[in-house]
Amino acid sequence: MSHKNTITNTSFSKEHINFIKNHKKRKKEIRITQISLLVVFFALWEIAAKANLIDTFLTSSPSQMWYLFIKLAKDGSIFNHIAISSFETVVGFITGTLLGTLIAILLWWSDFISKVLDPYMVVLNALPKTALAPIIILWAGAGITGIIVTAMTVSLVVTILGVYGGFKEVDEDKIKMLKTFGATKLQILDKVIIPASIPTIINALKINVGLSWVGVIVGEFLVSQAGIGYLIVYGGQVFKLDLVMTSVLILAVLAALMYQGVAYLEKKLIKYK
Amino acid sequence: MCKEKIVEVKNISMNYHTLNGETTALKDLSFEVCKGEIISIVGPSGCGKSTALSIISGLIKPSSGHVMINDQSVEGTHKNIGYMFQKDHLFEWRNILDNVFIGLEIQKKLNKDTKLLAEKLLDMYGLAEFKNHYPTQLSGGMRQRVALIRTLAIEPELLLLDEPFSALDYQTRLAVADDIGSILKKEKKTAIMVTHDIAEAISMSDRVIVLSARPAVVKSIHTINLTLDCERTPLTSREAPEFRHYFNTIWKELDVHVS
Repeated sequence: MSHKNTITNTSFSKEHINFIKNHKKRKKEIRITQISLLVVFFALWEIAAKANLIDTFLTSSPSQMWYLFIKLAKDGSIFNHIAISSFETVVGFITGTLLGTLIAILLWWSDFISKVLDPYMVVLNALPKTALAPIIILWAGAGITGIIVTAMTVSLVVTILGVYGGFKEVDEDKIKMLKTFGATKLQILDKVIIPASIPTIINALKINVGLSWVGVIVGEFLVSQAGIGYLIVYGGQVFKLDLVMTSVLILAVLAALMYQGVAYLEKKLIKYK
Repeated sequence: MCKEKIVEVKNISMNYHTLNGETTALKDLSFEVCKGEIISIVGPSGCGKSTALSIISGLIKPSSGHVMINDQSVEGTHKNIGYMFQKDHLFEWRNILDNVFIGLEIQKKLNKDTKLLAEKLLDMYGLAEFKNHYPTQLSGGMRQRVALIRTLAIEPELLLLDEPFSALDYQTRLAVADDIGSILKKEKKTAIMVTHDIAEAISMSDRVIVLSARPAVVKSIHTINLTLDCERTPLTSREAPEFRHYFNTIWKELDVHVS
């Protein structure tokens, strides 16, 4: 929206001010409960660990995780792992989304190709892509490249199907409208199909953030010498559960941050909503 | 019959094919449109009125027969034809001004002069202050006016209107029909309008073509002559004494049965 109503207290009735107040109050209550839930969860975990109600060898404890995090942060190694995994994920979901969109354009361009490839798409979509990870890593190399290709593959088919579906949903009459002006197929793609599908593509991007992390973690489980997935698998092998738990928590934060990043991009890109 | 013919529809027939069989939508349809004239096509629903418009615009090819525009046979879409739809089809990701430019962009005619003309049209028809708004911020009637200006911006010689008001509620519809009818007359445009609303057809047009049920043939053509004290607009037309007479004749010809 290009213009927003500026709120001035003077022009509203008491009833309306109350309505706004109640609305804000409710929002606050929800937020407070959300935060409390997290605090209570970690507090109970810590108390149970301190009171020896749970075996910290298997469950670790928030304080142990915190000390470990500080230690890893001091020698800087954790940031290296975070950077590597984040890099792999970002490259993975961006290339996955771009390549998927490109293939979706190809399918839209040629109805024949789209019909021919349909059963293969269905099979590829149903197949758990992580099963392909060992093959991909053998082909693309047991390192960052292999991991990135794995991450990309996990999100590729979903992107193709989602974005192609979005293309097909564009109102036929909108296309007809452009045709009455004499639009070519390329102009139809450029002026209506792509812009109308931006929300679909962003949605694909959001899904791909999560999927790409799956690919990266699986890839790192298999081959890597660094990264969050490597820390998790290494921690598991040497029975250092605090390392595993800390890594999982870091992973959760990173994935959430990336999702928020895409949501921010969505807000910037779709101004008309 | 008229000084300058713009459109000549000659014996067009149209068959649709599906795996279940074949339907004849239009059969041997012929009529002419003169320069500056507004013509309405009415007919029972599903008789192929919209198909006729699509054929005239060159969007679809008839099974037989042909359409001449300015003595040239129509092959594919024509840059001199503007098409207006039931829905406005404004792009919600473009603001009003950019929506109006879309036809010019497609035809690669976007330059200083054409931009100026498009803006002038917006100013003239009360949309100046909404140039930078997005379509969702406008009412249905305003959106339909923007759609007309988008069509007029390419300066078409001929306008094809496919039930342009039927997506609007009744009051808006009367007002927008009056608006758009007056705009068309003022800009001296030739137009062919398809509608199922008999009153709308009579009030807006110089001639009304009545089609039969499918396969559609021309049943009759009425030249609308109204005696009015004031200037004729779609709204004042409804007050003319002959209005009711035309309405009844066309209504009988349409031969509507609900059974």
